[in-house]
Amino acid sequence: MSILDFFKYKTFAHGIHLPDKKEHTREQAIRRLPFAPELIVPLSQHFGTPAKAIVSPGQEVVRGELIAEANGFMSVPIHAPASGIIKEIELYPTARGPKTESIVIKTWPGASQRTASFEPVNIPSLTHEQFIKAVQDTGMVGLGGAGFPTHIKLSVPPEYSIDTLVVNGCECEPYLTTDHRLMLEQTAELLLGTSMLMKALGAKQAIIGIEDNKMDAVEAIKGHLSGVEHIQVKAVQTHYPQGSEKLLIKVLLGREVPSAGFPYQVNVVVQNIATITQLGKLLPQNQGLIERVVTVTGTGVKKPGNYLVPLGTPIRFLLEHVGFSGSAKHLILGGPMMGSTVASLDVPITKPVSGLLVFNEQSIEKVSDDVYPCIKCARCVDACPMHLNPSMLGQLASKREYESMQENFNLMDCFECGCCSYVCPSNIPLVQYFRISKSIMRERAIEKQNND
Amino acid sequence: MIELRTSPHMKGTLSLPQIMHHVIYALLPICAFAVYQFGISALALILVVTLSCVLTELFFNYISDKNSNPKKSLNDYTAVITGILLALTLPPGFPLWMGAVAGFVAISMGKTLFGGMGFNLFNPALLGRAFVQAAFPVAITSWTPGGLTDRFTQFIPSSLTLPFTAPASIDGFTGATPLALHKFEGTSTSFNDLFLGFSSGSLGETSSLLILLCGTYLIIRGIMGWRIPLAIFISTIIISGTFFLFDNSYPSPLFMLSSGGLMLGALFMATDPVSAPVTPAGMWLFGILIASITIIIRLFGGLPEGIMYAILFANATVPLIEAIAQPRKFGHVARKGAGK
Repeated sequence: MSILDFFKYKTFAHGIHLPDKKEHTREQAIRRLPFAPELIVPLSQHFGTPAKAIVSPGQEVVRGELIAEANGFMSVPIHAPASGIIKEIELYPTARGPKTESIVIKTWPGASQRTASFEPVNIPSLTHEQFIKAVQDTGMVGLGGAGFPTHIKLSVPPEYSIDTLVVNGCECEPYLTTDHRLMLEQTAELLLGTSMLMKALGAKQAIIGIEDNKMDAVEAIKGHLSGVEHIQVKAVQTHYPQGSEKLLIKVLLGREVPSAGFPYQVNVVVQNIATITQLGKLLPQNQGLIERVVTVTGTGVKKPGNYLVPLGTPIRFLLEHVGFSGSAKHLILGGPMMGSTVASLDVPITKPVSGLLVFNEQSIEKVSDDVYPCIKCARCVDACPMHLNPSMLGQLASKREYESMQENFNLMDCFECGCCSYVCPSNIPLVQYFRISKSIMRERAIEKQNND
Repeated sequence: MIELRTSPHMKGTLSLPQIMHHVIYALLPICAFAVYQFGISALALILVVTLSCVLTELFFNYISDKNSNPKKSLNDYTAVITGILLALTLPPGFPLWMGAVAGFVAISMGKTLFGGMGFNLFNPALLGRAFVQAAFPVAITSWTPGGLTDRFTQFIPSSLTLPFTAPASIDGFTGATPLALHKFEGTSTSFNDLFLGFSSGSLGETSSLLILLCGTYLIIRGIMGWRIPLAIFISTIIISGTFFLFDNSYPSPLFMLSSGGLMLGALFMATDPVSAPVTPAGMWLFGILIASITIIIRLFGGLPEGIMYAILFANATVPLIEAIAQPRKFGHVARKGAGK
């Protein structure tokens, strides 16, 4: 990148520049993965109340059929990713750590990729409530990694009006290329989904924000946009964590979402590109979310690429399919900055998982285990996109001054992007400190509420 | 065996020992120039002070925690940096035994007393220097001119003074620094001499150009912050320039910048991250404070040079500065843009 490019596209203050490491998979077209002999479908793949299973062991299911229904508004249903027979409903390990109740489907050998068909829906004829319900019925959650139910993000409180839909195509995490491929290969569905959401939200315009390391995607979408009004594509600088919705709104619109607030407070709704593309495909057909694109890459992966994976596919099957050399030392679900390592190869791919990074003995980075004291070099202060003071927060965390962290230093504004830990020369696990501190403060708040 | 880790799973390239190595690399040319100018006395002083610092750290590690490896904290090389920086602030003919005392005080009282690296309130090197300034006022103001012909074969006599004795004053080996000349005798030294380093002074305060180059290297490599030195330079120029405009008998801003320890102080002492603020606004305030106090001491105080006390004083104000200069957090001000 030349110096001139540096000033060409807008970006936000602070943050870090990462090696993007996307070269192995960015040219790989999306390929379909066959069904694993057994699919493990957790009932909780989203943020909120787990779904309620409506099938029982021994029952036969057809690909696309509803197998678990939403348990209240803060929940989404789950559909069968493959045709087969329900083996059991038991506790299984998941990416989040604790074992959760999962439906295990024994797929028919040679099961067809055909999905059960339903009555098509005429989206423009739906009322706002019907539209929200239709989105919830697809089981859609934020596919960028958050796993937040999409219909809740679309349910804007009536006192706020939405003028802009921001479509997040930044994909700022290194290694991941799923959004990139979707923008190139499924541009029509993306734009269809975008216009459906704009209409549902009453937004006057939509802006698709894409980092400038994916200029081919910018061009591809622009090619589809001739004659389309109100939807524009804007390239932004490749700069981590540009894909954070608050930072993307700031860059594209200059609006700052208040602390602890939501984008609708500045009249914006942000949706990930993969979410919108899937909605564009599923909503008109009245179908549910049963598969997603996952980037599989890393040092030992023989056929790195972007795979369309049925939800519930165990990592083991995925790795057997793409080929792996050496022993898997690190398994990361999601991106390298915010993803989590998993302990078992039996963990399934779920809705929010955008990448599977596998590293053998040649680890992702040579991370030294030596932790030095904080020398207050201020690199973290200059890196924090929320403009917090991680140095001070880290010192307070090690002294267990959680209240002071929250009240004086805005602990809760931290969204765990990992910039501070990345730049820390003393190797202090700052993000981990903050994650623990935040959960302690959340617990204390609940305790306090219960005592009052 | 699958290894579990917490995110982020990537790591930036600079580690703390690497940063410290780079600082040492940047100090080496300054040391080399000092040795070129002042001969083996300078070399011996740098070695003695650095060794004293390292041994002091080792000693305190040993007596404070016998279970862990006492050599571990030496791996970060901060004791070496303190030693080199301290030596660079001393006059070339400074008795070696006093240099050892300075090193001991710097590490013991400046660093380990507070809990070791990362916890010191004051810059350890300057604390050691302040101690010997108070303890040995004559030795620390005896300046040997540089470039003596037999400097590579002969020690400056005062260097080899026996421990616990004061050096004998020998004529022909002392000269005044440019700041003292200006202050007490009213003569000015040319900017070129100051900039290129052909004037008398401490080991590391003679060539402003060299220090500036070495500091710039660290800034470009991203090792060192740029805000504090810049704040000091800019406010020195503005404040001393104001005095100079009203009365030409005050030293010019260029003289102020290039004389004495200002360059070394601004680039290598004030930027010691541990004893400086972490917030950007705090760094600017810190730099402005240092420049103001330095100029007040230089123009109106009883001492010719004031950067050392200015930095130590500013170190003490860091908690106050940080209390008022926290960054504005994202999403914490009334938003602009469309209304409800």
